Amino acid sequence: MDAIKFVEEQITRESNFPKFRPGDNINVDYKIVEGAKERIQSFRGNVIQINGSGATRTFTVRKMSNGVGVERIFPFASPNITEIKILKRGKVRRAKLYYLRELVGKKARIKERTHIKK
Amino acid sequence: MTSVFDESGHNVACTVVQAGPCVVTQIKSEDTDGYEAIQLGYEEAKEKNTSQAMIGHFEKAKTTPKRQVVEFRDFDAVEKTVGDVLKVNEVFAEGDVVNAIGTSKGKGFQGVVKRHGFAGVNDATHGQHNRQRHPGSIGAASYPARVFKGMRMGGRTGGKRVKVDNLSVVRIFPEENLILIKGAIPGHKGSYVIIEK
Repeated sequence: MDAIKFVEEQITRESNFPKFRPGDNINVDYKIVEGAKERIQSFRGNVIQINGSGATRTFTVRKMSNGVGVERIFPFASPNITEIKILKRGKVRRAKLYYLRELVGKKARIKERTHIKK
Repeated sequence: MTSVFDESGHNVACTVVQAGPCVVTQIKSEDTDGYEAIQLGYEEAKEKNTSQAMIGHFEKAKTTPKRQVVEFRDFDAVEKTVGDVLKVNEVFAEGDVVNAIGTSKGKGFQGVVKRHGFAGVNDATHGQHNRQRHPGSIGAASYPARVFKGMRMGGRTGGKRVKVDNLSVVRIFPEENLILIKGAIPGHKGSYVIIEK
């Protein structure tokens, strides 16, 4: 028996987030605790990688904010994520889109995927 | 290792430890052995890999041969007799503070920076090209005309018994005898560790 697998099955909760891929443009709503107050902030950008497996799986979202690239890593298992919405599906040829970090403006666009398998 | 989210939403890195079932193989007492202790055996061993002396020892406890036999002093968690099977929830509970003892990962021959935490000289090499990670002076010259014993130098690193104190138990899984311990524990994946309370 794989002990780590067993534990991860026990601790991970079922997530009902839509399935997305690197290259997709998504909006992530997540909880932020400020002292006693709690509010929801959203982060909108392109998924540039999905990393890891099991309970430690994460995804990275990149956006341009006032001309500065901002990346945020979210664990799939995080209870702080309240909602994920897919805004656009991207057509990309690799799993890790690190090349986007060097590109700005029109070159940093991702082609939209129009034919989507169900 | 894996990670768990706690109630406040923080990600906690944890180590999964298989902690049982353990069999009580001997109980030492003040009268017969001079000190109080309990001896536990863990994981089945093949009979052909067990010495006759140990087979006799396990027969006394009416169990099969075990791979690991470890003694614990001041074991007052439960009243036990020889041959009893200990489960993880009888000894540990969530929130307990434990110590972990293991054999650290072997790192081979390493220099003083990795082995003893020397700082190296970084950019203050005064132009020399190969002393960035060197130890510097190892002593004076014609007096004492030798290097003192125990001078920290490069050498075999890791592969030693290491104890990590004050780790907390995040969760226990009694049905599989697993415990989740916050933080890292010395040793390779699959290596043996001693968890003491």
